[in-house]
Amino acid sequence: MPEHDVLVIGAGLAGMRAALAASRAGADTALVTKVHPVRSHSNAAQGGINAALTDRGDDWEDHAFNTVKGSDWLGDQDAIEVMCREAGDAIIELEHMGVVFNRDEEGRLGTRRFGGQERARTFFVADITGQAMLQVLYEKVLKARVRAYEEWFVTSLAMEDGVCQGVVALELRTGQLHLIKAKAVILATGGAGRVYEPTTNGLIVTGDGMALAYRAGAPLMDMEMVQYHPTTLKGNGVLITEAARGEGAYLLNAKGERFMERYAPKMMELASRDVVSRAEQTEINEGRGVDGCVLLDLRHLGRELIETKLGYIKEVVTDFLSIDLADRPIPIRPGNHYIMGGIKTDVQGATPVPGLYAAGECACVSVHGGNRLGANSLLDTIIFGRRAGEAAAAYAREMDRPSISESIIAKTQEEMSSFLARDANGDSAAKIRLTMGQVMTDHVAVFRDEAGMQIALKTVRELKARYACLAVQDKGRVFNTSMLFTLELGFMLDVAEVSCVSALARKESRGAHYRTDLPERDDVNWLKHSLVYASPEGPRIDSAPVTITQWPPQRRVY
Amino acid sequence: MHVTLQVKRFNPEAPEPKPYQQEYFLEVEEHFTVLDTLIKVREEVDETLALRCSCRASICGSCAMRINGHAALACKTKLSGVMDPHGHVKVEPVGNMPVIKDLVADMKPFWDKVRAVEPWLQPQGPEPEHEYIAPNEAMIHLTGVMACIMCGACVSDCTVLEVDSNFLGPAALAKAYRFVADPRDDASPTRLRALEQYGGVWDCTRCYECVQVCPKGVDPMGRIMALRDKAVHVGLDQTIGARHTEVFTESVRHSGTLDELRLAIKTPGIFNIPAQLSQLRWVGLRAMLKGKMPPIFHKSIPGLRHVRRIFEKVEGQP
Repeated sequence: MPEHDVLVIGAGLAGMRAALAASRAGADTALVTKVHPVRSHSNAAQGGINAALTDRGDDWEDHAFNTVKGSDWLGDQDAIEVMCREAGDAIIELEHMGVVFNRDEEGRLGTRRFGGQERARTFFVADITGQAMLQVLYEKVLKARVRAYEEWFVTSLAMEDGVCQGVVALELRTGQLHLIKAKAVILATGGAGRVYEPTTNGLIVTGDGMALAYRAGAPLMDMEMVQYHPTTLKGNGVLITEAARGEGAYLLNAKGERFMERYAPKMMELASRDVVSRAEQTEINEGRGVDGCVLLDLRHLGRELIETKLGYIKEVVTDFLSIDLADRPIPIRPGNHYIMGGIKTDVQGATPVPGLYAAGECACVSVHGGNRLGANSLLDTIIFGRRAGEAAAAYAREMDRPSISESIIAKTQEEMSSFLARDANGDSAAKIRLTMGQVMTDHVAVFRDEAGMQIALKTVRELKARYACLAVQDKGRVFNTSMLFTLELGFMLDVAEVSCVSALARKESRGAHYRTDLPERDDVNWLKHSLVYASPEGPRIDSAPVTITQWPPQRRVY
Repeated sequence: MHVTLQVKRFNPEAPEPKPYQQEYFLEVEEHFTVLDTLIKVREEVDETLALRCSCRASICGSCAMRINGHAALACKTKLSGVMDPHGHVKVEPVGNMPVIKDLVADMKPFWDKVRAVEPWLQPQGPEPEHEYIAPNEAMIHLTGVMACIMCGACVSDCTVLEVDSNFLGPAALAKAYRFVADPRDDASPTRLRALEQYGGVWDCTRCYECVQVCPKGVDPMGRIMALRDKAVHVGLDQTIGARHTEVFTESVRHSGTLDELRLAIKTPGIFNIPAQLSQLRWVGLRAMLKGKMPPIFHKSIPGLRHVRRIFEKVEGQP
């Protein structure tokens, strides 16, 4: 039976960074990942990674303030300070590892502008920054000879007396369930975009880690904070990077007006994402859209800049819309993109559950609060991935070998067997997911209200009941993706329910959580995190204070 | 729009596992990609169909497969562009890799070769306090190679790998180029020496298949050719491949056309001639019988000076 000191679940940027850190600290470390590491969704990050490099006159405190303001004061300022202070060294480390960051005329790291920030401090590799970083971290993982259980899907955390001692995982290639013991487990499974339909997220982004932690007793924090990205393609919801606006693209309505003038006169197209998405949706709702969209105009940037710095989105737009974005504005709209909420952790990545750590999008430290700034997510993965890896390795050094027994597999085995044993009843995982995705998009998106969110919660609960009667059609063992999707759907339904419950509980508007029935921010009653615990009676709501260090709440205007 | 999807399937758990073709008849939207169609099959018709896919935007590299006989990303391939007049589209797993189930291939051979080129930056000396100073052009050039998403399309359709599984293949060699061309990497001599061995850069036959099927414009073959140039440039010119290139060039420079006899004799190197000749004698005999033996006395073509001028222009010499 496999056993390691530190087990990292997920091999995107946060996971691989954590694994490298734990491995460097001397821990026997392994990655468990449901897809090959370079298939991870970190790939899809396009625009860049933020850092204030002091040697070129930037100031990390300015970056931190922009992040606090971007978060609508819901981010914990101690965590934000950690992230922004360590960002500069992290960028240099990535460059030394081999990331091919674009340069300025002197051959030093070049920057571009990004949303919600006063200065250009976003470092980038064309518009494939996530992919370029993911490849490099994978190279380092190969070099460090970190063991990777590739295409192994974690079905549950192995808990003994409230302590995490490993995971139960399904090996897709054989269909076999395994217990992998570990002294410490780091969840780095990414977001939960597939809870919504459409989303910019890949099909693998199903909230696994959040649900695993939640079921094991860890609280999920600020799960109502779901980011809608201002520029996604209509139809399949594919992402068009914020770097387009960072490089100077305009947003136009049907009348050809740069409508951001009315919503964010100073920052215009580069206001925070929640602000821009609401502005777009308002234009569309008030009849100034174009077929359910607004327009993103890159024409004035020139073909050469587009080809060297935005080549990937040019390719995507050509593929899907048959439009050359150097010649014509493209129709875009706000689309589900990121979740600020996640598993509650401290700045070392530790969750309240002993032995359990989390980093990256599945975690909530919280540095993003009510709204994440563009290019802060890659930074989050690198900083807190490393910290979680180091902390888990230190924790593992103090721990005895895990005592948990293999009999824990039986519960998962039973669950899988019952999905296989049931006869088809006309229902399917795909139908349930689609209904969930649509109801979340309809009611827990850019604009929300009490009645809509109640409908969403009720629907999700009905879907959970349907889920309990679901049959898996593929009865085989080898690469049974039908079983995989069914188990993922179970995770997503938990995440959707928690998001609805959190959203209903927050009686104000803040960041991405904008209630048309309660449009004001309420610092007196709601300057606090929402926490949700699993309980036999369903989700239990709690709250935790927000840490304010040097930036008391202000009015948020861009 | 109506489509008949012909999928090559394989169930390893069948009593007698062997590949078979299954047809799916579907009504789909005009804008559908091949991946949209496969997902529709999986969600609405047949849950048992196995394939890998994730991002839907040609960045994760999961959904490489053969579409009408050529490797491509299913998410990047518009269905309407590949349907025949009867609305048929043929979908198979990638080639040159064993199949696990349906469209899911075992990519272990692919990753083993990527690993074999030691794909990590190897600078020498202490790291600078700040970033390495490097020209932006070099970084943009490298970004073109970094754009490789490791989907395996090039490896699937590589005609050399089809006959010699020892070949490192286009993806791993392009990855090797990414480091050789990186101004921050100091291991180029070692890398190039390793790459001139059997299975390395000289084994590519320049069939252009990888260039054609690469969904990201990485141009793997171009990178392999660039590695050859770099190898020769640092004095690694004693492999058969390098000598072949040199003799070929000299012959054309000298006479304006290829002296095939001389090429056959000089390419293997002076000490290998007996062995090479014994290998070639049957080819020679057959060529003679068919009247295709190259002339013993090689003649220059008329207008040779024009050829030489081309050389001068290309090589920049007077």
